[in-house]
Amino acid sequence: MPPRILTASAEPAALLPDRFQQWFAARGWAPRAHQLALLEKAREDRSALLIAPTGAGKTLAGFLPTLVELSSAPVIPAKSVVSTGRGLQRSGGLHTLYISPLKALAVDIARNLERPVAEMGLPIKIETRTGDTPVSRRQRQRRYPPDVLLTTPEQLALLLSSDDAPFLFSSLKRIVLDELHALVTSKRGDLLSLGLARLWRLAPQMRAIGLSATVAEPESLARFLVPQPKDKSEAADIVIAGGAAPPLVEMLDTRERLPWAGHSARHALPEIYDLIKANKTTLVFVNTRSQAEMLFQQLWSMNDDNLAIALHHGSLDVAQRRKVEDAMSAGKLRGVVCTSSLDLGVDWGDVDLVVNIGAPKGASRLMQRIGRANHRLDEASRAVLVPANRFEVLECRVAIDAIAENAQDTPPLRTGALDVLAQHVLGCACGEPFLSGELYDEVRTAAPYADLARQDFDDVVDFVATGGYALKTYERFARIKQDKQGRWRVANPKVRQSYRMNVGTIIADDMLKVRLVRSRSGATGSTGVIARGGRLLGEIEEAFIEGLAPADTFVFSGEVVRYEALVEDQVYVSRANDKDPKVPSYMGGKFPLSTYLAERVRRLLDDGRAWGALPEQVRDWLSQQKDVSHVPAVRELLVESFPRANKHYLVCYPFEGRLAHQTLGMLLTRRLERARARPLGFVANEYAIAVWALGDMSFMIRDGRIDLDALFDPDMLGDDLEAWLAESALMKRTFRNCAIISGLIARRHTGEEKSRRQVLFSTDLVYDVLRKHQADHVLLRAARADAATGLLDLRRLSNMLTRIQGRITHRELDHVSPLAVPVMLEIGRESVYGEAGDELLAEAADELVKEAMS
Amino acid sequence: MTEVALSITSTRTLDVASVSFHADLSGALFWEEQRLLVVSDLHLEKGSSYATRGVLLPPYDTIATLGRLAAVISRHDPRIVIALGDSFHDRTAHGRLSADDRDAVSALQSGRDWIWISGNHDPALPRDLGGTVADEVAIGPITFRHEPTGAHGEIAGHLHPKARVSTRGRSMERRCFACDGMRAVMPAFGAYAGGLSIRDAAFAKIFPNNGFVAHLLGDRRVHAIAASRCY
Repeated sequence: MPPRILTASAEPAALLPDRFQQWFAARGWAPRAHQLALLEKAREDRSALLIAPTGAGKTLAGFLPTLVELSSAPVIPAKSVVSTGRGLQRSGGLHTLYISPLKALAVDIARNLERPVAEMGLPIKIETRTGDTPVSRRQRQRRYPPDVLLTTPEQLALLLSSDDAPFLFSSLKRIVLDELHALVTSKRGDLLSLGLARLWRLAPQMRAIGLSATVAEPESLARFLVPQPKDKSEAADIVIAGGAAPPLVEMLDTRERLPWAGHSARHALPEIYDLIKANKTTLVFVNTRSQAEMLFQQLWSMNDDNLAIALHHGSLDVAQRRKVEDAMSAGKLRGVVCTSSLDLGVDWGDVDLVVNIGAPKGASRLMQRIGRANHRLDEASRAVLVPANRFEVLECRVAIDAIAENAQDTPPLRTGALDVLAQHVLGCACGEPFLSGELYDEVRTAAPYADLARQDFDDVVDFVATGGYALKTYERFARIKQDKQGRWRVANPKVRQSYRMNVGTIIADDMLKVRLVRSRSGATGSTGVIARGGRLLGEIEEAFIEGLAPADTFVFSGEVVRYEALVEDQVYVSRANDKDPKVPSYMGGKFPLSTYLAERVRRLLDDGRAWGALPEQVRDWLSQQKDVSHVPAVRELLVESFPRANKHYLVCYPFEGRLAHQTLGMLLTRRLERARARPLGFVANEYAIAVWALGDMSFMIRDGRIDLDALFDPDMLGDDLEAWLAESALMKRTFRNCAIISGLIARRHTGEEKSRRQVLFSTDLVYDVLRKHQADHVLLRAARADAATGLLDLRRLSNMLTRIQGRITHRELDHVSPLAVPVMLEIGRESVYGEAGDELLAEAADELVKEAMS
Repeated sequence: MTEVALSITSTRTLDVASVSFHADLSGALFWEEQRLLVVSDLHLEKGSSYATRGVLLPPYDTIATLGRLAAVISRHDPRIVIALGDSFHDRTAHGRLSADDRDAVSALQSGRDWIWISGNHDPALPRDLGGTVADEVAIGPITFRHEPTGAHGEIAGHLHPKARVSTRGRSMERRCFACDGMRAVMPAFGAYAGGLSIRDAAFAKIFPNNGFVAHLLGDRRVHAIAASRCY
């Protein structure tokens, strides 16, 4: 285990040059312990991971070693050394690279750094490089690099793939990785780790500083920062910033009746408004874009005090978002309704309250959101959690407990993805030619790829060269070729160009523009002339639109609209008179309930004494469940079956999150179909699954035709899963992402952007053919690895099925149980939408509730 | 999330100008009396065609397409096979056929008449492929040609029709035959052949008032659904 240190052992005076001490003193500051600790690590020539909450002066800490080193170095005018090609060693040159997940953050940090540099009169040149940087400046940066360059993982990959990467990076002393906890959870982290591996070879003297929020396993994160030796594990030193006041988190003690289901928290709207009114600046976090829009509209509809309340989410125009951020920095806003688009990013001074609407989903995620309030370290951040339904009350309760214990549930470090490796291998071939054996050794110094098998690596190189097919017919079309020494290089300049245009691992949801037009009266989906043009309402996920038939209604921009037509990338809608949208638009948010919080919810349910901490309404609900049916123990799976309105229902409560539940639901219905229960459909939420069928499943369980142990046997992850994967749209989407990231299919060709719809269709066909003819192809392996943790969440499902083996409790009921009401209410509709929707929902809820409580 | 059964009915026959064809699940049409099988838009060697441009799609599309063609031929044992154009993805695609695939084509041709209709992708087919090359073929009231003109009794390909059906937030999209009893457009048979939505303007030019039926290729049967119900 690497040493964890809290304070430096040396005196500040020994670590900080006079100029810096005076600067701190002039501002009335004293250097923080962890800032000095990082300076000491730098002096010891060690890489370090700094774990600190927001507001701890993390960024300055990360840059202090750089500033100190550069302030004492002899000044060499940057322009006195000019690149004349490869292999030129320079003194001076690029000293520090800073990598941020957001380009806006890189720009902001550059601005913040300029201040101490200017005030201390340090001879340091700082520049940013993002997708927005003009070509002329990019070229200049390569020839005359600044001392400090702030950029993103994608730009780093691009720089590394250029011929002059050795020239540019050989002088590098430090790399600072910001928001590392966020970067490492995705394929961007894989790409970054491979970039680091390259840098360690080009600049062996380089040391890394990682800046991170608190994570569950700091030791494993610290491995990311240093080259991994063969068959051993090394980690950077860990510095933990102390002194943060514990946050004050409470659950909204609502005066209203708690909804059974839904995600709108509409019941608490006046109370949320009062919170905004009572505080200086409040951030109101929600889980989805549609929730954000709806809440924003509703708050304005009751905004009698004309409070400055703004909206911020990822689908908004960038300029619009910047405007909100600027108004925020200027202290002009009282409230911002936002999504995870504000989980990271620029520090804002004076947020004094965070309100989190709905499910917290994970303890660490919630903690980071709460950290957005009050960036002064010694004052407690304040947060109010607003559960939108009864299950979310349980989730909020355990999240508050977890935060009090400082428990973390960040995911473990990833195993590097093979599609990202393929992109990197092509990038390497675009720069200096490489030998397979050498690149393999280099790649394995990256922590996510430390255990990469040689066979997998060779398969990836083969894939990059000729597609990696058992049928060797593409030799003459190879994208990379070996020279006489066996070194791989890119086959022609077009391949290099294509790589440069498609670098990166972010595959955004395909979005379509939504325009409001006048309805074609009386038309029911037949082709007619649509008045083109129309006011632009915003953008919506293509996947959602594909599920609509013309004349279906849904909520967009806070109103019910009628779907008219899709023409190219424009969705035409008209105003609908319906009060109730036919198709629910709540897409569940990006992240499922964390495994850790799920287990705590199960423990809370199991421990009747702990129910005292819950609101009375929720206690009654659980007590009723205990009387009518059963409350499951921690490791137990409760399965209920009951008839309702000529159908037969089977409800189970795995608490494993929506993604794993969707997969389980697909597999369960397949099995029930085989058992001749004639299933008709299912719904899944974060906590439960409800399947309904024509067959009397209670009776079938009683007479043994359905054996629950067999129904939930982990062997469903064998043949049943295989059969489903062959046609699963989620699996095809996963494959498509791998095909794009790996470079099999280009997102962008030179001079043209291929229609996205066309790309989607053809990758589905490629998936079908490849699956039948070469099932072990490296891209299918990459897609399977993604399915384990991504949209299908197979690993979690597998763990759950193992956990509950032999622990299934069945209750045959006459009618729906109290615990089943929330998931039953999601059948056919979701309670996102306002007035009429909620009224109707309330009616439906009352029916179910009466039945359950009778 | 909710699964809802789609309102679709099964069909086996597809009538064009009073001739009854069997609509095969594979996307082929079979004329029982003539023992004539039609397939359209095989797009053989589409994979290698992309490969020449640096997109290394799996080189199994020709094997897959010929495999499915062999299966439908053995099911119906036709006397005549018509490949309705765009049998090859580009002008030089036939030259990239592997020896095995070439043998497979010969085996399929043996013991029956084989007609290659030329399409826009393969306007000049060589003679060594076996079979006869033609621009169009007329048999009784039916004319087989690659590009649809909308003529009475015409069976064409070229457009690769596909249709999407949706209910309550779920949807499925499949290749389909488009047919209004006077004329038909066949789905593409090739493994990598993409599709064009039947709501595209190209179909309105062929079918007056868009009054046609989409025969969607399902998993186990062909489903006839009014085009107005699809998109």
